[in-house]
Amino acid sequence: MMELFALALGAVLVNNVVLSKFLGICPFLGVSKSSKNAIGMGLAVIFVIFGASLITYALYYLVLEPLGIEYMQLITFILVIATFVQFIEMFIKKYSASLYKALGIYLPLITTNCVVLFVAQDNITQGYNLAETIVNSIAVPAGFMLVLYLFSCLRERLDSADTPKAFKGNPIALVTAGLMALAFSAFAGIV
Amino acid sequence: MWQNFKNGFIKENPVFGLYLGMCSSLAISTSLNNAIGMGACVTLVLIASNVIVSAIRKITPDEIRIPVYIVVIASLVTIVEMVVHAFMPDLYTSLGVFLGLIVVNCIILGRAEAFASKNGVVSSAIDGLGMGLGYTFALLLISVVREFLTTAGLSFVNPFDPTQVIFSFTIEALEPYTISLFSASVGAFLTFACFAALFAVLRERSNKKEAK
Repeated sequence: MMELFALALGAVLVNNVVLSKFLGICPFLGVSKSSKNAIGMGLAVIFVIFGASLITYALYYLVLEPLGIEYMQLITFILVIATFVQFIEMFIKKYSASLYKALGIYLPLITTNCVVLFVAQDNITQGYNLAETIVNSIAVPAGFMLVLYLFSCLRERLDSADTPKAFKGNPIALVTAGLMALAFSAFAGIV
Repeated sequence: MWQNFKNGFIKENPVFGLYLGMCSSLAISTSLNNAIGMGACVTLVLIASNVIVSAIRKITPDEIRIPVYIVVIASLVTIVEMVVHAFMPDLYTSLGVFLGLIVVNCIILGRAEAFASKNGVVSSAIDGLGMGLGYTFALLLISVVREFLTTAGLSFVNPFDPTQVIFSFTIEALEPYTISLFSASVGAFLTFACFAALFAVLRERSNKKEAK
């Protein structure tokens, strides 16, 4: 139990997927303009990564490994992720109109979010068992959501700040992200 | 055609101009070797995927074009990953997970959708080469700054044979003043932000010139 907790804490704070592994930078810059959107995107990402990781985990150990075709991993995983996102979009659209309104626009963006493919592959390369896979695939996107939310709060203030003309928009956002990474590097010793 | 090729460098540089492929360019730009290796892999995949997508553009049904592109790209990346694993083990370890993640590099899918699906095979290949070199150019800029600031020197070794050093130098007078922060993620973000601002200025200047 303690190991699982350490794994989760490590994934959220120490090896944060955005600030120390540099994954999911595109949505990090694109969807962080308001904190409301940040929460919506974060929840959608947690949901998709959790589902996609479980499916790819089962697929790898039940199909690819027994057949000895592990080299097909990349192709099958990305197809599963793309199909899964599409499926969820259709499902939510049919059964919950309000949820679709809230998450709808973010879902198609998630296919190209590298965090999804990274977590699916990471579960396999690290040799995680089922419990560790479940914890990892909730904690990593939770870290993403945390940073996305914090960053969106900073960015709302940044809009009204007086920045040099050349740095307006994305460059100053990246400087801010760098300073956040510096703050997060202080977590390095806790696990 | 030449204009297409040239655009990839400054005006429409995929990394600093369009903010595509940022994850990999931030993560692996710690050394010159990684930058050149990653740049070469992405360029190869980009040219090949542009050629294939353009060659099959007339028989690809419009509704399922994105999954088709993804399968083409994933197959090419698997091939490149295997080749690098077999012949350049050092590069394979230092690029790590980012080699497989070329699949979700937005530059490749972006070019397939925006250019190769509408243009002929030859011009798609040239577009792929231009965009790939633009990406490599961006990686080189970031990695030169970061490697120099962390080690006070630059070095490049043969990726096929790590014992063979192609060039390497250090400025000893600067060695006590190296900033190790620049090898960490903070340095990546700061270097990237400064280059992005520089490119924004360059772009604005060239737009003004054209307006005149």
